[in-house]
Amino acid sequence: MSEETAVEIARSVNARETSAVERAVAMAERIAERDGAVGAYLTQTAELARAHAETIDARIAAGERLPLAGVPLAIKDNMCVTGTRTTCASRILEHWISPYTGTAVQRLLAAGALPLGKTNLDEFAMGSSCENSALGKTANPWDLGRVPGGSSGGSVAAVAAGEATVALGSDTGGSIREPAAFCGVVGFKPTYGRVSRYGLIAFASSLDQIGPISNTVEDSALVYDTMAGYDPMDATTVDRPVEPTANGLREDLRGVRIGIVKEFGLSALEADVRAVYERAYADLEKLGAELVEVALPTADYGIATYYLIAPAECSSNLARFDGMRYGLRVEAPDVGATYEATRAAGFGDEVKRRILIGTYALSSGYYDAYYVRAQKARTLIAADFAKAFASCDAIACPAAATPAFQFAAKADPVSMYLMDYYTIPMSLAGLPSLSVPCGYVTPPGARGPLPLGLELSGPLFAERSLLGIAHAYERGTRHAAAERIPALSGAGAAR
Amino acid sequence: MASGDIDVAYVAKLARIALTPAEIERFGAQLGALLEHVDALAQLPVGDVAATAQVIAQSNVMRDDVARPSLDRETVLDGAPKREGAYFRVPRIIGEEA
Repeated sequence: MSEETAVEIARSVNARETSAVERAVAMAERIAERDGAVGAYLTQTAELARAHAETIDARIAAGERLPLAGVPLAIKDNMCVTGTRTTCASRILEHWISPYTGTAVQRLLAAGALPLGKTNLDEFAMGSSCENSALGKTANPWDLGRVPGGSSGGSVAAVAAGEATVALGSDTGGSIREPAAFCGVVGFKPTYGRVSRYGLIAFASSLDQIGPISNTVEDSALVYDTMAGYDPMDATTVDRPVEPTANGLREDLRGVRIGIVKEFGLSALEADVRAVYERAYADLEKLGAELVEVALPTADYGIATYYLIAPAECSSNLARFDGMRYGLRVEAPDVGATYEATRAAGFGDEVKRRILIGTYALSSGYYDAYYVRAQKARTLIAADFAKAFASCDAIACPAAATPAFQFAAKADPVSMYLMDYYTIPMSLAGLPSLSVPCGYVTPPGARGPLPLGLELSGPLFAERSLLGIAHAYERGTRHAAAERIPALSGAGAAR
Repeated sequence: MASGDIDVAYVAKLARIALTPAEIERFGAQLGALLEHVDALAQLPVGDVAATAQVIAQSNVMRDDVARPSLDRETVLDGAPKREGAYFRVPRIIGEEA
């Protein structure tokens, strides 16, 4: 079964061959049928999607053409949509209703996308498996006994299971790319500052970025083109024109130089995983690319750097959850005890760990040794990338070292943090970076083939070139189309 | 950098999170393991390179200092855990004797 793409849906709705309302109803039925097994959504908004679809159909009937007409959209539940609850998968925001809609979502809705619901995530986007959600469990549609990855686990599972055509995720250290790899879909983190974060609940402000998740590179390009660009509501968006990407997609890689990172040798990977990546590199070459070796000597320090900077920023950002103006409040005898009881009851273990480590790294006596040193390391990591891009147009590497793992397999926090080894350096450098399906492995105990993702990363603001390269790879290899959602054929029956 | 010596109870106080003794012990062990990992940064010669707060060179972004529409009061207060009329209802902050 091949899913209809956003490009195809928008074309047929604009041509009035089908209506947005029909699309909204059909997708809501699909979600009702499948989400019991997958658990991608925390909140379904079928009525909102249908009401919005009616306005989209009316605009098209009046002669408008909309780039995302009738395209079913899933939204990670750390993004605000007026009148829906926005929970961050946390007890502290479990019943909070957004009073406004964020810019990225607003731009997609204005372009015709239909908001089908809000998807599960690791609490406050902190995690790599979606297991840190306080409000729901999401399974990998390829093997329901495995995690979808995280933190944008619900969004990638929704797209992989055909419960949305496109989705929005957020990526701080790999939270779009690692789960996209685990679920066999395309996940794209644009350059830092390229997509407005107004309405995205902050985790680590120097790293957070919103990006698209889809079945094809072309659909991610379409969503990116629609939402990217300066926003006066977010002072970190960059005020310079967005180069459109959807019309820059290429069919081959002739004249393209792809960097293979010396320090990211494949020898530590399992043999079957290594074989997939070796073939992926060979395929890039077959499509016309020249492979060049590049060095990122500081990349090994990425995780250490990230786990100082991101928690430090998290401890500051999450200070706003004090039980006074919104969210949960646990009453206690005085105001200090109220703060402490509210945050103890409202946050899960991983959020507490990160707040604690961040508070520690910023505290008197440790600030220079930890936080400032990490910021200096970040300068060196970004400089390594800048040097590497002098000799290549994009860098290719695994998106993750393994396919999706089983639930509860990474009980030790540090082993979970290591999952982001290949994605964190690009985040620290602010680079555009994506994962595109590149093959399958069937490890012992798996219920079928599990997808792997090739990570492609480009220089700052090189979205057009990067998506062009990813598209050529996708078209030239067709891994995404090779096998579709095998686990789900059994999922309906299992229920 | 010293690792493993994190005083979890003290840091939790700074972070305004109540922890049980069992949590203090568990988080202490987990955060100690993480700090050992991040201590690897001490091996990286950073010298006098500049610290990077964020990677896109942007300095202060200003807007005109003029009032503009924002959320209405009722909508905002609807999200409050406790309200009284047009106000947030919060615990007493200043003691009786103050």
